[in-house]
Amino acid sequence: MSHDPHNGADGHHEIEMPHASMRDYTIGFILSVILTAIPFWLVMARPLDAGITAAIIMAFAAVQIVVHMVYFLHMTPKAEGGWSMTSLIFAIIVIVIMLAGSLWVMHHLNTNMMPLPHDLSQLP
Amino acid sequence: MTPHPAPEVGPFLGRLSIDAIPLHEPILIFTFAAVAIGGLAVFALITRYRLWGYLWTEWFTTVDHKKIGIMYMILGLVMFLRGFADAIMMRIQQAMAFGGSEGYLNAHHYDQIFTAHGVIMIFFVAMPFITGLMNYIVPLQIGARDVSFPFLNNFSFWMTTAGAVLTMVSLFIGEFAQTGWLAYPPLSGIAYSPNVGVDYYIWALQIAGVGTTLSGINLIVTILKLRAPGMGLMKMPVFTWTSLCANILIVASFPILTATLALLSLDRYVGTNFFTNDFGGSPMMYVNLIWIWGHPEVYILILPLFGVFSEVTSTFSGKRLFGYTSMVYATVCITILSYLVWLHHFFTMGSGASVNSFFGITTMVISIPTGAKLFNWLFTMYRGRIRFDLPMMWTIAFMLTFVVGGMTGVLLAVPPADFVLHNSLFLVAHFHNVIIGGVLFGLFAAINYWWPKAFGFKLDVFWGKISFWTWVIGFWMAFMPLYILGLMGVTRRMRVFDDQSLQIFFVIAGIGAAVIAVGILAMLIQFAVSIWRRDQLRDETGDPWGGRTLEWATTSPPPDYNFAFTPVVHDLDAWYDMKRRNHARPVTGFRDIHMPSNTGAGIILSGIGLVMGFALVWHIWWLVGASFIALIAGAIIHTFNYKRDFHIPAATVAATEDARTRKLAAQSAAGA
Amino acid sequence: MSTTTLSAAEGLAPADEPVQFYELNEHPHPEGHSTMLGFWIYLMSDCLIFAILFACYAVLGGNYAAGPAPKDLFDLNLIALNTAMLLFSSITYGFAVLGMQQGKLRMTQIWLGVTGLFGAAFLAIELYEFAHLIHLGATPQRSAFLSAFFTLVGTHGLHVTFGIIWLVTLMVQLGKHGLVAANRRRVMCLSMFWHFLDVIWIGVFTFVYLMGMLR
Repeated sequence: MSHDPHNGADGHHEIEMPHASMRDYTIGFILSVILTAIPFWLVMARPLDAGITAAIIMAFAAVQIVVHMVYFLHMTPKAEGGWSMTSLIFAIIVIVIMLAGSLWVMHHLNTNMMPLPHDLSQLP
Repeated sequence: MTPHPAPEVGPFLGRLSIDAIPLHEPILIFTFAAVAIGGLAVFALITRYRLWGYLWTEWFTTVDHKKIGIMYMILGLVMFLRGFADAIMMRIQQAMAFGGSEGYLNAHHYDQIFTAHGVIMIFFVAMPFITGLMNYIVPLQIGARDVSFPFLNNFSFWMTTAGAVLTMVSLFIGEFAQTGWLAYPPLSGIAYSPNVGVDYYIWALQIAGVGTTLSGINLIVTILKLRAPGMGLMKMPVFTWTSLCANILIVASFPILTATLALLSLDRYVGTNFFTNDFGGSPMMYVNLIWIWGHPEVYILILPLFGVFSEVTSTFSGKRLFGYTSMVYATVCITILSYLVWLHHFFTMGSGASVNSFFGITTMVISIPTGAKLFNWLFTMYRGRIRFDLPMMWTIAFMLTFVVGGMTGVLLAVPPADFVLHNSLFLVAHFHNVIIGGVLFGLFAAINYWWPKAFGFKLDVFWGKISFWTWVIGFWMAFMPLYILGLMGVTRRMRVFDDQSLQIFFVIAGIGAAVIAVGILAMLIQFAVSIWRRDQLRDETGDPWGGRTLEWATTSPPPDYNFAFTPVVHDLDAWYDMKRRNHARPVTGFRDIHMPSNTGAGIILSGIGLVMGFALVWHIWWLVGASFIALIAGAIIHTFNYKRDFHIPAATVAATEDARTRKLAAQSAAGA
Repeated sequence: MSTTTLSAAEGLAPADEPVQFYELNEHPHPEGHSTMLGFWIYLMSDCLIFAILFACYAVLGGNYAAGPAPKDLFDLNLIALNTAMLLFSSITYGFAVLGMQQGKLRMTQIWLGVTGLFGAAFLAIELYEFAHLIHLGATPQRSAFLSAFFTLVGTHGLHVTFGIIWLVTLMVQLGKHGLVAANRRRVMCLSMFWHFLDVIWIGVFTFVYLMGMLR
């Protein structure tokens, strides 16, 4: 231990921390502003039809999340020996299963268990 | 059957009043008397022998994974006795309540019993047992000195205990939930359960859930970061692999329980409409969410025990485990697939054919990796030199019992069959079959296997065998009738029956439960006798079974620091490899060892959490606020402590290791 | 000559070199080397809690119970302002991290403080929004949609609140101990937490507010 060339102040190796840079933060910030402003404008001004707008803003959200991961959270496949990326991917898979599964299941349940008559005036 | 809400008494006590004490229930009065006398006796003995200081410094504030593991096991054992008492009470009631007889339990009491039985057995018996096991063994198996976050480990234990205490308190102050162990709304909503029972349920589980989730994170990071040099993932013991996957399931599923129970509590406390019948709520969404948690939960329970069976089978067959790689892949497959089957718990709720078919198929698929594991164990035994010590006996019993339970599970996976059998006694028999056959028999195997490591002496074999045979016979007697009853159409959770011809089955089941009771008693006697006769049962080598993994490289029990020198791993079954290649245990050159310090923060913060939970149950709002602030303040104060470690001096290490060197030399001189 | 290279060679020890089974010259893991991964995994679990809240919003978010719908309630200008507050707070936290990397305690403290102010502004705007909705009768109890809305957005706000409490605590600890290793880890953990809250907010403003106006 005493002949360790990488001594930190407390006598141990320094822990590897992600390296932040002004460049990363600036790029991330500018991209985020763009990826936020456009969806807001699309919904407030409504130049496009609702379905396409929905698809675009969802895509922009996904991209902006990736931007945050890369430029703010310094996510790389090498972080923490690859475990950061692995746990993120696993979490995403579980979340997708839960969301898609719940929507599918609940939609079917509601259709079968709470059917609405075509003529709503027939509701009690 | 109108629910009686506990009326708000006043700002100081919320809805707590003297009426909360169930003076009109003789069974509870009797139980309280027994608990009070027993508890006072224990307190008196501890005080008489001046053990409070020892308990505080050596056990309550410890951050040593081994001691925390033992405390988890003790918690599980104590709660097991409570949960089993609930089971016996149910068996007696169901055997009696025929031909006009109402039995001895009214509905209000009976409903709490089956709810508490389930909640306690899953959350405060099975989970603590497996957490205790993983806590004790995993760091040793990977050649580490402790887990990654020792303080968090202590905190997790006390949070789990706080949840258990809150559940026990409900027995004597107020009542417990009467909704079944998953508390489905609308029954668990404020309209139909206005009293404190469901609130006890919610807060006990929320508090314990925090502990469990943090423990999951702790063990994952430990396994990923603290493995001995040379121990790549594919050289880890199978128990460590299954523990890793179980903890991944914990971290990826308990937040779902936390969120869902939080939404239920919002409905009850604030009047939101997540799971109500009106204003747009959907009780079906609760069922959906709770089972997205609930299915991974059962795999959390079983995976570590599958790991135990792998260790035991290979050790007691004297052979390397067959198909290590396929075991690992099977475990990972089960982990991922466990997220794709949850709807099979509510086929009958009405999702329809396409949804039901998908989940039915995935449920059948998930049985395949488990089958692969079973074949691997059998192939390990084939042409091995099998020793039928108790751990191996329990493993064989598991193989025969669990397989039947698994098969009935595949039967239930077929939606049309499930439409007949859902919520029948067939279902109850199935899950007890897999939980007792898998989880419990696995725990008994693990306890018999690793007890010598933890305590330095083996468990008595005679009483162990009595316990074994009574458990196995008792289990089959208690649950086979339930399969038959289920196929005949009998529903679960029934208190009174009209059809006299069914009674004989319940009586047989009741006798089976009594036989199990003998088995439990025999196990307690086994512990007592073993402790009494520990000098004759002593293990001096640290490796009484001819083990293959690194925990057997230490003394029994291991020193505080586990390993004086971190082992370097070259192969699977690292300890077997070391023995085979005549490793030389270093006897000089010891160094100071860096260890984490004990702390009282865990028990104190959990105690405050317990108070807050109690205050929330009884609507004592000032106490909720005060304890919440105390909790935050306490946590913040704890973060101002930067001095959390110390060093064991090299001289102490040397003294401990020299003692071991002498013992080993004496053994080989005696030709042992 | 390191003992670990021998083990890495999978036991292919040269004939004259005994196989090492123990690390005699141990390099213990540096203090806190598990912390970042542990905190990251905790954040994954926190993501799952939000996923459940999003799922509830997705399933129940159309159940207005004949009460107000998103179009009646959401003010996108206010939400745009709020989003800007949070995004600015993310970049200012980045500046704090840069200051820490350069060993400049004062710079770190100042930027942390600015981050906290932006976070507080975010909370203030959100509380104003909630108060306004409640004043209009759009309470969490009014419908499942509103229950899901208030819980999802409110849980995010609670996380921001805890983040600010943590931030203040950390500033005090930095003032006391400076940029020691333990504090650096804490700054990085709070950094992960803070950026994650911005990630969740992306989901919130997209799926709750923007999609709500499109329904």
